[in-house]
Amino acid sequence: MSHGGPIPTWTHVCTMMVSCLVACCLAVPGAGAAEDDALDQLMARMSQRSHGHVTFTERHIASVLDRPVEASGELFYDAPDRLEKRTLKPQPERLVLEHGMLTVERHQREYQLALADYPLAAPYIDSIRAILAGDRRALEHAFHIAFSDSGRQWTLVLSPVNAQVATEIANIQIVGTNDVIRTVTVRLASGDQSIMTLGSPEP
Amino acid sequence: MRWRAFGVLVWMALLAAAALVVARAQYTADLSAFLPTRPSPAQRELVDELRDGVASRLILISIFGGDGASRVQLSKDLATRLRSDPAFVFVGNGEEAMSARDRQFIYLHRYQLSAKITPDRFTVTGLRSAIAESIDSLASPVGLLSRDLLVTDPTGETLQVLDQLLPSTGPRRQDGVWVSRDGNDTLLMVQTRTTGSDTDGQEQAIGIIRAEFERLRHASAPASSAGLQMTGPGVFAVQARASIKREAIRFSVLSSLLIATLLAIAYRSVRTLLLGFLPVASGALAGTAAVALCFGVVHGVTLGFGVTLIGESVDYSIYLLIQARRTPAAAASDAWIRTLWPTVRLGLLTSVCGFASLLPSGFPGLAQLGVYSIAGLIAAAGVTRYVLPNLLSDAWVARTVSGLGTSLAHAIDSMRRYRRLLWIVPLIAAATVFAHRDSLWDHELASLSPIPAADQRLDARLRDSLGAPDVRDLIVISAPDLQSALRTAELIDTRLESLVSAGELAGFDSPAHYLPSLELQGARRGALPAADDLRNRLRSAVATLPIRAVRLEPFVEAVARARASTPVERADLNGTSLAAAVDALLVQRDGHAVALLPLRAPSTGPHAFAIDSAQVSGALGEAPPGVSITVFDLKRESNALYADYLSDAIRLSLLGLGAIVLLLLITLKSISRVVRVVAPLILSVLVVTALLVGSGHPMIILHLVGLLLIVAVGSNYALFFDRRTVETDAADRTTMLASLAIANLATVLGFGVLSFSSVPVLEALGTTVAPGAFAALLFSALMAGRGASPPRAP
Repeated sequence: MSHGGPIPTWTHVCTMMVSCLVACCLAVPGAGAAEDDALDQLMARMSQRSHGHVTFTERHIASVLDRPVEASGELFYDAPDRLEKRTLKPQPERLVLEHGMLTVERHQREYQLALADYPLAAPYIDSIRAILAGDRRALEHAFHIAFSDSGRQWTLVLSPVNAQVATEIANIQIVGTNDVIRTVTVRLASGDQSIMTLGSPEP
Repeated sequence: MRWRAFGVLVWMALLAAAALVVARAQYTADLSAFLPTRPSPAQRELVDELRDGVASRLILISIFGGDGASRVQLSKDLATRLRSDPAFVFVGNGEEAMSARDRQFIYLHRYQLSAKITPDRFTVTGLRSAIAESIDSLASPVGLLSRDLLVTDPTGETLQVLDQLLPSTGPRRQDGVWVSRDGNDTLLMVQTRTTGSDTDGQEQAIGIIRAEFERLRHASAPASSAGLQMTGPGVFAVQARASIKREAIRFSVLSSLLIATLLAIAYRSVRTLLLGFLPVASGALAGTAAVALCFGVVHGVTLGFGVTLIGESVDYSIYLLIQARRTPAAAASDAWIRTLWPTVRLGLLTSVCGFASLLPSGFPGLAQLGVYSIAGLIAAAGVTRYVLPNLLSDAWVARTVSGLGTSLAHAIDSMRRYRRLLWIVPLIAAATVFAHRDSLWDHELASLSPIPAADQRLDARLRDSLGAPDVRDLIVISAPDLQSALRTAELIDTRLESLVSAGELAGFDSPAHYLPSLELQGARRGALPAADDLRNRLRSAVATLPIRAVRLEPFVEAVARARASTPVERADLNGTSLAAAVDALLVQRDGHAVALLPLRAPSTGPHAFAIDSAQVSGALGEAPPGVSITVFDLKRESNALYADYLSDAIRLSLLGLGAIVLLLLITLKSISRVVRVVAPLILSVLVVTALLVGSGHPMIILHLVGLLLIVAVGSNYALFFDRRTVETDAADRTTMLASLAIANLATVLGFGVLSFSSVPVLEALGTTVAPGAFAALLFSALMAGRGASPPRAP
């Protein structure tokens, strides 16, 4: 039993939420990103979004499992800081991040968690704010950012700056073509990973 | 003369003894005055719960003002400080509901605690569906977290236990701590170690909270403008005691000053003034001592009542000191004792009859008032009769008040010409009372509460924001021992669950969720298969799942350990927050065990915010032999209890009135005289009742006591007027009128100031007795017999 109990550090959850948010904000039609200052354009576009809605499918690859587990659902974002992840399959579940509180709804029950209770989650909350504000510097405070553009597709890799967080999360990789995000991959230090594939953005 | 000195000596000895008793007595201000002294077995649980239960030990705290961040910080710091203080068994502020230690405990004992542990769970199908669900949940971020648990707990028992114990919806939280609905205050909820009926203990706990908060507030600049508010039964008891004490002292001093001023003008002698207060002081002391001796504990309400006695007991000395106007003093007082004392004594006896009707009341507050009044009045009259005359020196001369008496006599005589109009008064009064016949009495126990409405609103707001802690509905299981109490709780668990599914209840708590009975733990242990057996079943169970059975070897080991483990007992919970939860819900009282299951009302549906106790009771079915299951609606039960007292007190008061009439019949030996004495009193009571209900104030039980006081005080007036029918001396008449007027003014002043009290109990007495005493004098004067008319000049 690591992390002192069945509810380990919520860093994971925050990481998931950051990736969801990025996915939500970036799934926006617009000019194709190119060159290094394309990242600035991406950031700027993120800060302009007041509403986002996109479908997703997620594959979890865990070392204890012989086969990946799949989940699917929808993501919603509302300015200024409300984010919702609605999983429809295999088990209905709703996650809402608002006012520094994470609400989880499962099996007709609701759980509330305060992100502030989890100090390691702080950089992620900050990075969510940074993304919403289009503040690249603040984002770089929590993550090492690597951006590359091969012309056909671009890749944004976020690696945690905090060493303790890095022992659990290797990085978040976001891949897009032109103006559309294709996948968001969260790689855990243990080798387990989850790959989120995004559908077309809805109005 | 020797006999007289003996009287003074006995009085001083009694006074000293009473002072000793009063000094050593215990004083309280909790609910006990309003709880039955001879409860039925069912009421007994209610009383215990109200006095000592979970709800009685709750303090709700609100931190307001300052900025948001400092309120959050204050909440966290205050909670940390209070958690380390032994005065508190639980401190909640919304921070991480479960400590690492709690989670570790749940993880280690998941096979004893999980309600899902049955033989079915460990069949091939049972294992397959449980493991499949755990794997499915891996797809969610929450499941990702339980990744490490998958191999040791693939059936998800740890999460199951967490589900059982964590309330599904809690208060609103911001930045990790509880906040009010509008987000303007941070909230904490603490449970004290001492019970709610231990007012001193509660006062100490409140003092600790306040001191800690002040220290934290001054530690940082942004926090310095923040404030603290507290509510809860204990807080209210402490406030009530303080405000009754404060007001009792304030109003005693105020009415003493007013009456002293009045008497200083009347007597024009400091010595006479001081002598006049001797019966008052003796009466108050004797009354308190009598209550302490009869009940062991003196209630704040009774103490507050001490104030009111000043207004009445001062009358006796006024009668003596004004009416005994002959010189020398010894002759004067002898004459007074011979001619007027019998009338005062009869007045005293009628008062005693009236107050004796309170003695059999099951309402300890009323019984205490009865004892206090009877002892106080007898002492005051006794001191006036047996002590005061001996303390009057021979040089003492009563000042003449004939001027006042003469003008009063004229005023009364001119008013008597119109006394036919008096018939209108009872008609109007009776019509008013009749029109308000449905709202004569306030049947809510809360109407007695000395807590200002603003504080009650604060309490309601905090309770509303904090969600469930207003324990209003609960099931009480009373059993011979802990294990049978727990077994019964488990027995009704499934029935309550079905009420939850049906939407009749939002949820419930049970001690068995934290500490299952040994029997149930044994059954769960019996449901766990042996290691080889489990391995075989796992192989078939996971055949179609994306996990191999060998990966789950840690699970097999964990189950084997659980099979060999000893059952969880109360002591194993020490150091976890579950211990406090169990202690609050499972109590051992005088040789039997009580399990409490608080119910949460749904917020929607036909029974929104109102649980149907009868329906819940019906759904629970038969209790096992030797065990009782009772469903309580605390608010309704206590209101019903109060309504019982009220009707009881009304019935007893009417009996008291009957006793007074009987006493007068025996003494006066004339029906027409009895009617003349009783009619003004009944008329006064009727008029005061009409004034109260006509001005939109439904009466509480203390108004009834006030009406009794009107009869007690007024009977003196009526008897004096009655007595005068056999006297023709005009000088006597004017003196008597003056003494009654001054006595009446003293009573009206003494009670009148009480009308301004913020303590409802005192205010009720003031608003009833002040106008009532005046009305009684007026009606007595106007309705006195024909012989009362002054001797006409020839």
